[in-house]
Amino acid sequence: MTGMETLHFEFDGGRVLAPFEPALVGVVASGNLEVLVESAPGAACRVDVDTSARGFGAIWEAVLRDFHARHGIAGVTVSIHDMGATPAVVSLRLDQAMSAVWGAPP
Amino acid sequence: MNSASFAEMSARQRLAAIVDDRSFHEWLPPSDRVTSPHLAQLGVPAAFDDGVAIGRATLSGRAIFVAAQEGEFMGGGVGEVHGAKLVGLLRRALRDRPDAVVLLAESGGVRLHEANAGLIAVSEVMRALLDARAAGIATVMLIGGANGCFGGMGIVARCADTVVMSDIARHAMSGPEVIESSNGAGEFDSRDRALVWRTTGGKHRWLTGDCDVLVEDDPAAFRAAAIAALDVHRPMTLAALQQESMLLQWRTAIAGEGADAIELWTLLGVADARAVPDLDAAAVRVLRPAAVAPLANGGA
Repeated sequence: MTGMETLHFEFDGGRVLAPFEPALVGVVASGNLEVLVESAPGAACRVDVDTSARGFGAIWEAVLRDFHARHGIAGVTVSIHDMGATPAVVSLRLDQAMSAVWGAPP
Repeated sequence: MNSASFAEMSARQRLAAIVDDRSFHEWLPPSDRVTSPHLAQLGVPAAFDDGVAIGRATLSGRAIFVAAQEGEFMGGGVGEVHGAKLVGLLRRALRDRPDAVVLLAESGGVRLHEANAGLIAVSEVMRALLDARAAGIATVMLIGGANGCFGGMGIVARCADTVVMSDIARHAMSGPEVIESSNGAGEFDSRDRALVWRTTGGKHRWLTGDCDVLVEDDPAAFRAAAIAALDVHRPMTLAALQQESMLLQWRTAIAGEGADAIELWTLLGVADARAVPDLDAAAVRVLRPAAVAPLANGGA
């Protein structure tokens, strides 16, 4: 049995967010994922991914680069637990997580 | 459509809908990352809250402790950490004495990935729940998630003072697929949805006295039922347990060998039992046979 794959990304640039309460959206289920967004010191946007689907690092990088380009945020850590969500679902969850950070209804 | 479906909500959405607005204070929140130590070895990602949110809140202004299981994560299965969070909540209730502990249950039972650790965890939850109940803290189960409440959590549910179910909720020991795989489709066809619901569903549990309050699949109805349960205590005296045991033996004898649910309802005294699957919760509420009412709260 092959284990999970763990991926790390870091994106520079963007504006540093004022400290905020952690926000959690989604759930770890087949074809789904959970996303936890937290304040972090520094001026980077760091993304940690645990995924049950191995070998999709390049696609993760593309999806997360898009996310960072859309939101232009820094001073945050995004932690993801994934069970084979498609890129579109990942993008929607990331946007939902940012809505939760801004205090909009999840 | 004038209201949300309790069954289709996530655990955290349900929590927010049941307790007083913005009163939930979570213990061991996702950002604490108290996660399963077992799942990674099996190639399964952990959940930041191990599939259960626990904390304190107010309900109609009164202090309660509350937990909500997320059925989408591992079918709500109780793993080591998940179970320890429930046990910790119940033990803290013994110390802090809230008016009630309210559990929003949605679980297939023990999380098989964690085997013995999960089994031990569930038995500890039972013990802790019974301790809280014996100490006079109202224990309330709200069962309305799409995955039902089965296995060890099915037993935990029946340890509580009050069990609230919706008509589309399910509650049993062995789940339909488990029965079919061990005894064959002739014994129980898990793909026969009508059979599954009339054998494990809220209406059946209400009519046979296993569920105390039957509500519609509506968060407001669950909230109202939870508020009404804050002052319901069923002390476990020897006399009460003996009476319950006698009634259960009588019910088992009535059921005989292999009675279908509809046949059982008829034998228990439900008129026109055939119509039950098509009725809504309000219509079924008035049909409970007087003979089984003493098994449940508020029955007379």
